[in-house]
Amino acid sequence: MTSQTMALNLGPQHPSTHGVLRVVLVLDGEIVVDAKPDIGFLHRGIEKLAEYRTYHQIIVLTDRVDYLAALSNNLAYVLAVEKLLQIESPKRAHYIRVALTELQRIASHLFWLGTHAHDLGAMTPLFYTLREREAIMDIFETITGSRLTPSFMRIGGVAADIDSKSVRDIRTFIKTFSERVDDYEGLLTKNPIWESRTRGVGIISSDECINLGISGPLLRASGCAWDIRKSTPYSSYNDFDFEIPVGSVGDVYDRYLVRIKEMRQSAWIVNQAIEGLPEGRWIAREQAAVLPDKHNVASDIYAMIHHFKLVLEGMKPPSGEVYHSVESPRGELGFYIVSDGGTKPIRLRIRPPSFVNLQSLVKMVRGKLLSDAIASISTIDIVLAEVDR
Amino acid sequence: MNVKILDEAFGYCITRVESFNNEITVVVDQWSILAVCDFLKNDSRFSFDFLSDCCGVDRFPESPRFWLVYHLYSITHNHRMRIKTTLDDAEPVADSVVSIWSSADWMERECYDMFGIKFRNHPDMRRILMPDDFQGFPLRKDFPLEGLE
Repeated sequence: MTSQTMALNLGPQHPSTHGVLRVVLVLDGEIVVDAKPDIGFLHRGIEKLAEYRTYHQIIVLTDRVDYLAALSNNLAYVLAVEKLLQIESPKRAHYIRVALTELQRIASHLFWLGTHAHDLGAMTPLFYTLREREAIMDIFETITGSRLTPSFMRIGGVAADIDSKSVRDIRTFIKTFSERVDDYEGLLTKNPIWESRTRGVGIISSDECINLGISGPLLRASGCAWDIRKSTPYSSYNDFDFEIPVGSVGDVYDRYLVRIKEMRQSAWIVNQAIEGLPEGRWIAREQAAVLPDKHNVASDIYAMIHHFKLVLEGMKPPSGEVYHSVESPRGELGFYIVSDGGTKPIRLRIRPPSFVNLQSLVKMVRGKLLSDAIASISTIDIVLAEVDR
Repeated sequence: MNVKILDEAFGYCITRVESFNNEITVVVDQWSILAVCDFLKNDSRFSFDFLSDCCGVDRFPESPRFWLVYHLYSITHNHRMRIKTTLDDAEPVADSVVSIWSSADWMERECYDMFGIKFRNHPDMRRILMPDDFQGFPLRKDFPLEGLE
């Protein structure tokens, strides 16, 4: 008998590839001998587009990079620009930013949990998690006017203040959320089928993770407690009390537990941000780079001229280069901006966590069963829009 | 983090050290990238175990035209450094750092795909985002926004 291998095309249009990922699997029976990820189907040239936009216009592009965590992308970008300009946003803006990005983290993890469980044959959690995600989307819609593409962060602060109704909505959501997470855990954590599908699957050690550049929940599940919110606190994260959940084995099950715990921590951070919301402005006082208040634009000629100049020409940051990264739901999300002192960046590089994390797929699936490959793809929590940009 | 240590060890190939907004950039010549990176990863005073990012920049019409930029991070020491080198206009080639950080694999492929910067000793030097038969390098400044056709 001779051993024969078969090439199997997984994707690009397959529900378990979470978008348009194509993986060519070389199979020997049910064992994966080799895997070749093929990406780029969703490449839109966002980095190129950014070179033709002013700094304020780029904010809307960042939404489209990772549509499941648009606010994290907004935040990473505006923080990089603020670093380049050396301006500081007011405390209230920091807290609003933290509350929104942590809600976004919860929404992203909920979507991941639902689809991940669905990939592994558990259909029920999807309905539960999408229900809670919908509640977050409603909150976003009330505050920002949009569900998936809020473009809410501004250079120097946020686009608008949050009103008491939104604060009430967030409070209501947070109050019940912990019980909801208990429900998901009730469905999965001790479920023998779930455990047998996820325990010991797709193991990567922390050293391998670091060498592969893997960040976020994947790295933490393998035992390395690196979280940018703690190591380099931005946006007043050092005001909040929270823990970094870590795993020990670094398998699919650990990553599930880490993300579940992260959702609880995020809810706790949102609670602190909302209860401790400082009074004051939500965007820095008018200056060269900051858009004037909307109500002033209609009544004050200077504000109007400033507004027109910023919108039509754009602002001119000093020439130089900055890199700023935040902890997005998927890991280290960084923006590298090179400016020559003009109104448009010479280069805007996005350090996409999904793209780097996806490199680990081959390592996870080689020598394992085909069904484990599905678990490994969804455990990375990729967003193909971010992988391909 | 003391950049002087790096300067003592590799002074001959460091063009300059820049500091802007509390970020340290070390500009090295293109032939010593591999040696400098290897030192920065393995020397316990730096321990840059994590390659955050590697990307290209097109400075057209400046010459030399290309920058190759590495963003290093040390999980052990919690510090960052940027390593930068300039590459020639016509045939930009650099040494691959995949042997030091595996994460560089796809990042360098993206550099090649977008800027046409080739990497010596890279295990799989192919395009990554654009189709294999694609002509041109999209992130070069002379590549039009609308595409070539």
